Parts: sequence; structure tokens; C-alpha cells
Amino acid sequence: MSTGTTEVMTGNEAAAAAVKLARVQVVAAYPITPQSPVVEQLSAWVESGELPAEFVTVESEHSALTVCITASTVGARVFTATSANGLAYMTEQVWWAAGARLPIVMCIANRAMAAPWNVLNDQQDSMSVRDAGWVQLYCRDNQEILDTTLQAYRIAERLNVPVMVCYDGFLLSHTVMPVSVPSVGDADAFLPKRPEPLQIVDVNDPRNIGPVVIADPRADASGQSCHGYMEIRALHQQALLAALEVVPEVDAEYAAVVGRGWGGLTWEYLLEDAELVLVAAGSLGTQATVAVETLRAQGVQAGVLGIRCYRPFPAAALRERLVGRKGVLVFDKALSYGYEGPICADLRAALSGEPDAPTVWGAVCGLGGRDVSPDHLVDAARRALADGHAGTRHRPTDWINLRLDG
Amino acid sequence: MGTRECGSPIAMSRPSVGEAGLTGDWRNSRPVMDAAKCLAAKSGKVTCQLCWAYCPDACITQGAGPAIDLTYCKGCGICAEECPAGAIAMVPEAEHGTCEIDAAAEVAR
Ligand code: SF4
Ligand code: SF4
Repeated sequence: MSTGTTEVMTGNEAAAAAVKLARVQVVAAYPITPQSPVVEQLSAWVESGELPAEFVTVESEHSALTVCITASTVGARVFTATSANGLAYMTEQVWWAAGARLPIVMCIANRAMAAPWNVLNDQQDSMSVRDAGWVQLYCRDNQEILDTTLQAYRIAERLNVPVMVCYDGFLLSHTVMPVSVPSVGDADAFLPKRPEPLQIVDVNDPRNIGPVVIADPRADASGQSCHGYMEIRALHQQALLAALEVVPEVDAEYAAVVGRGWGGLTWEYLLEDAELVLVAAGSLGTQATVAVETLRAQGVQAGVLGIRCYRPFPAAALRERLVGRKGVLVFDKALSYGYEGPICADLRAALSGEPDAPTVWGAVCGLGGRDVSPDHLVDAARRALADGHAGTRHRPTDWINLRLDG
Repeated sequence: MGTRECGSPIAMSRPSVGEAGLTGDWRNSRPVMDAAKCLAAKSGKVTCQLCWAYCPDACITQGAGPAIDLTYCKGCGICAEECPAGAIAMVPEAEHGTCEIDAAAEVAR
């Protein structure tokens, strides 16, 4: 471990600092609030020569990710970033990047989806592409953004799957905090050069990359039996599930070199003896740590279990930490419209059938930047406890700080 | 036997004849070349070859005139559209009886 520097920086600047330390070779992006300062910083470094990379300006997010896909296919380490409608606009290529098994790293400065138009924070954007086959990591603060972005390259390149590093727009992207920046030597020791891509690009032995694959396996021209669509998808799923091991391993490797780790799949606060557990992803988890201190002062044994890795979903780790508790209250900053919060629904499924499973309550909060204070979380916890005492097992999602009726 | 031993977890193949499947069995119109009109055939030289250049399935072989491999021709009609001499006519397969593909190739697959 050698000394880096400590600087006061925004979440976007922390992401950019990590991308520079990762020695990316190609950056392509299209501006959208609140992500833009990440790539503005990177383009300034490319222009000044501080970052020896290609910065490709494009006319849309769809093209930004397409540039990353093509550059990653030929072996480059690449980066892009986006938010909300920008992510939605690139959705086709979000699926392509994952299905083609490209180790792309993309930062998402989480922002509400339009309509109505809104540039402020919630997590609806990245949650809406949770099924596309990327690893999704959610960060609590700017230090975690820097460290996670560096770790994301290692995870992506070990598994050949793309990784989204998600952090709350404005709350983190535009808020300054002291951030310790690892030395170049430490970053290089942690993150080796990108291994050879799965794609073979060789003029002397040319390939069709990403050709049509039909339903059933079929023999290629040499007689070799090749995957059908389902075989390729099953291997992709295996790689994503392997991330349940790789994400914590990489976090431990990072801690060994840099001296700082984040807990891998989940993190916790005052959880050991907690009867009521608040679950959240991103900076909302930090709010929850303040809320459980208040709850404890009021005599409620409360703790926090934070989701760092949302895809793959750490079902076994969550079961291990939550079975036997009395209640779990999940705060989602997104909604599967017509059902409930995505983390809440996934957690219910993970706990289903466990004999000693806690009651799971869902709450949605902070949509479109609506303020969420620790007091709001405490109030929600008290409502959940009251419902628990009343024996309520099912209730509608609790909308926190909603003012439809005053 | 399973497909795991093909060695690649992604969709990738070597460019080779038939790699995209037996595309000839999709065809409902067949390109029929008239040697009396084809610029290459008339001059006896490997000239023009626009049909070869435009065929999206690479099933035309260069020559004077070019030859079309009906095992893989999917009948899109692009060659007929691009031919500057109007030497290629798209004739409905129904007029030929059955769609002629290489039966041996079909059995092999
Ligand atoms: S019809 Fe289409 S596929 Fe067939 S030879 Fe012409 S261009 Fe090629
Ligand atoms: S495009 Fe027409 S004229 Fe030219 S080589 Fe082909 S068939 Fe002949």
C-alpha cells in the first residue's frame, strides 16, 4: 500500500478519478444531467493528455454504448456513463453488451424517469434494466463510488459481464466529500491489464461475431455442435451467478492492496441483535443508519442491511442475515408499477418458504428527488411495527412523505 | 453430445458456406439469369459482377457470367434489382414446381 491523496470531490469526480486510474482506452458518452460532469472531466483529461484514451463524441446514448461495445469487442477497456432517459434510450445496446459478454463499465448517476420531466434522484432508471444481464452495484458515498468503479473493471473482466456502478444523482453525483484516491501504483497492482476478449479478432483467422443463433444447437461448417440461444443464455446466467462469489473476492483483493473494503454483496449496521431490519440500496442506506440510531434510542432494536450488489441478487446472503428476525422494512427508490418496489419483491421471494422468515413490509420513497429524512424512515418503521403488532401480513406499499392528502 | 465443448460462451462462427443455415429453403422467388443480356456473359469476361457484390448472402460466384448457388439463395431479389442490364428475373418458385435445394445438404444438417 502506498500513499495516495485525499481530495474533496463530487461523486462524479470520484467516478472519473477511478476511470482514469483504470487506464481506460476508450470513452464514449452523450451528456445528460446529472451524469455529465463525469465525462466532462474525462474529456478534459483526454484533451490535456493526462489520460491517453480516445474520447468519442456521439449523437446519442445508443451510439455511446455502441462505440463501447465495438471497442470492447476488439479488446479495449472502455467506459460510459448515463442517467434516466439516456439509459432508456440505450436500452437495446444495454442488452447487447451483456449478451455479447463484454466487460464494459458504465456509471449510472441515478435519476427519475420521465414523464413528467424531472432531473432529480431516484433509482427507477437502473432498476428498470435489472433483467438485462449486467452486474449492478449501488454506492453509499463518494469514496465507495471511486473504489467500486475500480473494482467494477476487475469484476467485469474476470467474468466477461458488464457492470453498472449506480450512485444517487445530485445526492452523491454533485455533493462534495473527502475522497481518498489510491496511488497509481496501487491501482495498477490491483487492476491488471484486461485479459484477451472472448471475441476472436484476427485477420488471419476471421470470425463472424454475434451472428444469428437459432433456437436449437446446430453443427457449424466443421461439424462442431454449437450453442443454440438457450445454451448461450444459460452460460450468461452462470457467469452472473458466479459474481456472487467474485464481487466479495474482488472487494477483498482491493482491501488487501488499497486498505479499504465495502463488504462485497451487502453491508450492515447495528444488525447483530436487530429485530427490525431496514433494507435499502445506495445513499438511502446511510439515512437508514441514522434512523436506526433514533429507533434504538426509542427502545426499538433496529439495524440496517444495505444492498450493495443488486444483480446478481444476493438471495442466500440475505436469507442468512434475515431469517429469524421479526420484521424487515424495505425502502425502494423505484417501483415496478402495478406491483411494488423491486428490492422488496425480490427479498420476499428470497425469504419465501423459510420457516422462520420475518414479515417483509415495503415502502417507496424519494421518487423524483422527494426529500427523505431519517425522521421519515423512523415514522415508516413505527407504522410497520404497528402493523406487525396488529397482525397485518399484507398491506399496500407505504408511500413515504406523500402529500396527496395533506 | 452437449454444446459445452464448442469452447466459446458467445455467438461466434468462422465465415464459411452454409454458416447462416440453409437459407435457400426460405426462397419463394428464384433469380433466373439470362446469358443473352448479362454483360459479363456477353463479353466473355469477368466484368460488371454487381450481382455478386450486392448479394447479401454471398451465394453468387464471380464469372462470365456469375453463378447463383440456389442452396443458399434466399430469393430476396436484390441482384435482380441491381443488375444494370436487367439480366436477372425473379420467377415465383411455384412456377418451378418445388423449391430446389440441395437435399443432401439438408439431410446432413
Ligand atoms: S435473390 Fe438475393 S440471395 Fe438470391 S442470389 Fe439474388 S441477391 Fe443473392
Ligand atoms: S449484375 Fe447483371 S449484368 Fe452484371 S454480372 Fe450480374 S447478371 Fe451480369
